[in-house]
Amino acid sequence: MTEKPVYTEFHPRWYRTRVSTYWWLDRTPYVKFILRELSSIFVAFFVVITLLQIRALGQGPQAYPAFQQRLQAPIMVILNILSLLFVLFHTITWFNLTPKAIVLRVRGRRLPDLLIAAPNYVAWLVVSGVIAWIVTGG
Amino acid sequence: MADKITLEVARYDPERHTEPTFEKYEVPFRKDWVILDALNYIKDRLDGSLSYRWSCRTGICGSCGMMVDGEPKLTCATFLSSYAPGPVRVEALRNFPIVRDLVIEMTDFMVKLKKVKPWIVRENEKPISQGEYLQTPEQLENYKQFSMCINCLLCYAACPVYGLDNLFTGPAAIALAQRYNLDSRDVGARERREILSDHEGIWGCTFVGECTEVCPKHVDPAGAIQQYKVDAAIDWFKSFLLPRGAK
Ligand code: SF4
Ligand code: FES
Repeated sequence: MTEKPVYTEFHPRWYRTRVSTYWWLDRTPYVKFILRELSSIFVAFFVVITLLQIRALGQGPQAYPAFQQRLQAPIMVILNILSLLFVLFHTITWFNLTPKAIVLRVRGRRLPDLLIAAPNYVAWLVVSGVIAWIVTGG
Repeated sequence: MADKITLEVARYDPERHTEPTFEKYEVPFRKDWVILDALNYIKDRLDGSLSYRWSCRTGICGSCGMMVDGEPKLTCATFLSSYAPGPVRVEALRNFPIVRDLVIEMTDFMVKLKKVKPWIVRENEKPISQGEYLQTPEQLENYKQFSMCINCLLCYAACPVYGLDNLFTGPAAIALAQRYNLDSRDVGARERREILSDHEGIWGCTFVGECTEVCPKHVDPAGAIQQYKVDAAIDWFKSFLLPRGAK
């Protein structure tokens, strides 16, 4: 077989469909995919907020309340709630996809998806627990 | 139960049309009929000029893939009754050039498939007198799932990455490469890696995951690609940390 078989060279005319810019609206799974991709912007937003928070903390006891005040603006609250929802969506969808990327076999049998995804959730709970303990002044 | 159902079939004749148009056909609605039976009825009784591919009628040959109501399906394994009361839209597989009516041009896939060397690569063949290459059931289990692919291309039709950029190697070709990489008799993984760890190979995949959803053979090409990404990343780290000891 050559790279370009002759029958294609002498072919009359093909019809090629063009993919529309709005292809991702065609089917629900595509919309979900785009939302998952979009969620990374909100993850970045949380990272920036956290960095700013650390900077404010470093600037001393006067700067921090001012920072907190700014976070209380309605727009910031809305943005934060929206980001939280997106970050949760991001985390859960990716956690549930790990079994696709990681195949573990125990005595020749593939471990069920649930067992691969579960450690993510456990780690999430543990880390959240530790942070909550630190924050609440444990 | 209605005794007729309408099929809207995409028709395209390269000598007469500039783009596909839909034509309506009324066919008997029978519980035991698949979409392919309805197409055969149209061809036999209503319009002999309708072109489409099929062969086995049992989900083995992989030639009858079409878009049914916008979803890629094997038409020999998709019942008319799932679409009652109709109408049902039947189109050529998405993301491929259309030759005529429901027939697509698949050379692009054939070329890509050949590039990933979908056969057992050996450094040296042992003589026949030494017998066959043995494999344990566990070794078979490692790749069996990926070997079920019938090249029906439903996964390519479901993949928006391939639709937007035809250079992407695509789900089935990567799954089949992985089928041989995971075969205990094969030593071709390094040769395949060059093509696969290309930008147009595994890294082109953004993990939409629809290839796995539409695959009629449960091959899970999305899984194959992500597993390969993990392997490739680990290998890259190894070559980075242990310049000599990697492979
Ligand atoms: S991976 Fe599945 S959907 Fe893709 S060509 Fe093979 S059998 Fe068809
Ligand atoms: S006719 Fe062979 S797979 Fe459908």
